Amino acid sequence: MNTNKNLYPTEPLKTWAEAKYLRNKYYQDFIDAKKKGGLRVSGSGTMYFSLLGGLGKDVWTLTGEPYSATSAYYQDFSTQCMEAVEKAGIARDLCGYLRNYWGGVLLDKMIMPDGTILNEWPKPDFFFTSHYCCTHAKWYQWCREAGGNLPLYGIDVPWHPFTQETTGQRIDYIVQQALEGIEWMEKVTGRTYDDELMLEAMDNEARSSYYWAETCVLNRAVPAPLDEKTIYSLYVFNTLCPHNQEITDFYRKVRDEVGERVERGIAAWSNERFRYITDSQPPWSFLHIFRHLERAYGAVSVGSLYSYALEVNWDLDEQGNLVPAKTPQMLGAKRDTREDAVRAYVGFKIKNGLLCRWYDSEVTSGIMKKIVEAWKADAVLIHLNRGCEGTAIGQMENRLDLMKANIPVLTFEGNMGDYREFDMARTLNRIESFFESMGIEKIES
Amino acid sequence: MEQYTQWVDNRHDYAREWKKRTGGKVVGCLCTYVPEEILYAANVLPIRIFGGHESSSVVEPHILGMFCPFCRDTLAQGLEGKYDYLDGLVIAQSCLHLRQTFWSWKKHVPIDFTYYLPMPHCTQAVGQNEYLRGEYKLFKEAIEKWTGNPISDADLDRGIEIMDTSRRLSKEVYQFRKPRKPALTGLEAMEMVLSSQMVDKVEHNKVTQEWIKELPDRVLKRDPGTRLMIVGSEDDDREFIKMVEEKMSFPATFVVEDHCTGARYFWNETIPESDRLMAIAKRYMDRPACPSKDWPKRTRFDYIFEMAKDWNVEAAILMQQKFCDPHELDMHPLTKAFKEHNIPTYFLEFDVIVPAGQFKIRMEAFLETLVDFV
Repeated sequence: MNTNKNLYPTEPLKTWAEAKYLRNKYYQDFIDAKKKGGLRVSGSGTMYFSLLGGLGKDVWTLTGEPYSATSAYYQDFSTQCMEAVEKAGIARDLCGYLRNYWGGVLLDKMIMPDGTILNEWPKPDFFFTSHYCCTHAKWYQWCREAGGNLPLYGIDVPWHPFTQETTGQRIDYIVQQALEGIEWMEKVTGRTYDDELMLEAMDNEARSSYYWAETCVLNRAVPAPLDEKTIYSLYVFNTLCPHNQEITDFYRKVRDEVGERVERGIAAWSNERFRYITDSQPPWSFLHIFRHLERAYGAVSVGSLYSYALEVNWDLDEQGNLVPAKTPQMLGAKRDTREDAVRAYVGFKIKNGLLCRWYDSEVTSGIMKKIVEAWKADAVLIHLNRGCEGTAIGQMENRLDLMKANIPVLTFEGNMGDYREFDMARTLNRIESFFESMGIEKIES
Repeated sequence: MEQYTQWVDNRHDYAREWKKRTGGKVVGCLCTYVPEEILYAANVLPIRIFGGHESSSVVEPHILGMFCPFCRDTLAQGLEGKYDYLDGLVIAQSCLHLRQTFWSWKKHVPIDFTYYLPMPHCTQAVGQNEYLRGEYKLFKEAIEKWTGNPISDADLDRGIEIMDTSRRLSKEVYQFRKPRKPALTGLEAMEMVLSSQMVDKVEHNKVTQEWIKELPDRVLKRDPGTRLMIVGSEDDDREFIKMVEEKMSFPATFVVEDHCTGARYFWNETIPESDRLMAIAKRYMDRPACPSKDWPKRTRFDYIFEMAKDWNVEAAILMQQKFCDPHELDMHPLTKAFKEHNIPTYFLEFDVIVPAGQFKIRMEAFLETLVDFV
């Protein structure tokens, strides 16, 4: 093993500052929406965002999962949220994100990305969500009641194109709900829906997905131009407001910059010696574990099915490789009427790559194996996530499948949203022992 | 009813003997959303897969420890070969945990036929009936291909009739739980429903028909005590019901329940229409909902409280399988709703094996608090 510390040139990401700016702006826009006469909408980060587009450009979202990841990062605030939920008699093993969010509602407090705590939970005008796992719509069902019977619309998505054949009847079910959702939004907001704005949002959302998928493909390069901790700060916009023009523009810039880094051989970490992928959301309160492994071992996480594919649309080629899904514009989809446009959008949106794991663990294993191969990973670290049963589903079978394919795998248990369920020292011990068993030497103590 | 008890106790022997006797195929069903009508139409025996309530470590490499005991226990049964007579395995998409059971079973237990039916996650969505009808069509075609026999409308009518007769009879029996002195215990009711999920319903219906004739004159020589309702997850824990009804210092009887091994399984019948698959689809979408599918409105609450009123319920046991997210997500508002209806509740979390001693003490304490109320 080469123990020279610097094998590759590295430099900071130029788009980093913009990522930080956009993330802060996202939350501030939601807070300020009422002052600007706009609308606040909350729901899952997997929602059908572009459908909101037709209501106007002053509709601001607060997606539950990313917000709650921020909340989880701030342990003191997160503890208050968790305890408020437990005091109310709500089960402690429910989704870690949900408990951070519900805790904020119960405390009437919200935390901003910089740690500022607001002494009022910003009530949305309505909830708009999709529903894949057992939690999504039920999450906002509780919130609507807590908020005094706020309007809620959910889109049920009971199948996935990687695991079920895409048929007209299956697409129809989602299209019908989406079309009804538009009429429902007109009714609850009193606004007239603008199909042109909807189309614009759909184009933006599709391109946001496509640019990010292309960026992920670029990360196959050795050295990797991005490490996963950085990826977490970038992928998130697809779960915040991918239908906004500034997000689409941002993703184009990121893709261009990462492409340029690959051309110039710029590494995320100059000491990259060992590449691995992870699985599931990380324990958000302990992201410094990535930095430790990078510095101490030159071990770089180059991504995961989660960070490549959450709210990002992919196709599977004949060999089972992930290929960025072409946008409706690229496919020349017919979009002359609202229904046609929604149908094209649904046909694209349904290809959300991560969500196949809700519908078949064996298919997920196959994709993970392909990621290991294409992204040249040496191992897989699976976070057995007690905080998200949606991403924990199939993990044990994935482990067996990867081992069968002679891919080294390590599991560690934790919780993305509840730091009380993560043992940092024990986890590090496990990972270090795992690395040791693979002959990975420490290059820095 | 001894016959029900025997069937439940000897469920595997029954299925093996049924296969031998009829030469037919047996399909294991995960979740009560599987359209048994279509299986009966194909002369296939649908039986529900249950856990064994035994400690087992065979599932550890396959399912994360924080998944519910029911999904782990049912998979353990499969991995241990307890259901080795099954010809097929079907799931109608239910909660995440049970889906994992299906995938692991399919992968590790040799079986001739498996089918994942992508059931809607919601029973209130626009277009749900048409969507589900389409899924049933695909399911029917898969069954036809597997058995080598076409399923006609007449076959579907027969399947619907078998299921609806069972539902009608079960509902009739439940009327005898309404009087001040119920004609049957909660345990007997549970065994009737459980066994209906384990044996050929044609045989089961005959037994129930006979029992119904006896019920008007049946007098139980026991103090019914507090009238309890049980609401929650899958519950086939007969030991617990028996303990509460037979071993408490304060008498009590379970007079009704809302769970999928009780009324929620059989409550509504099929409304006939020329498109049989559509009629079946509507029946499953209109049945009392599992909490995982009950959004955006909470339709199950109205049904629960209507039932509580009709069966004169004095207190409710809110039970759930440990880690059961769908029920956990409803439990907070449900507890609140019971409070608003002035019905005292007690929460219990069930595992593979019920801690009988602890639960006895807790239940006695709860029942004692009710003495002043009732």
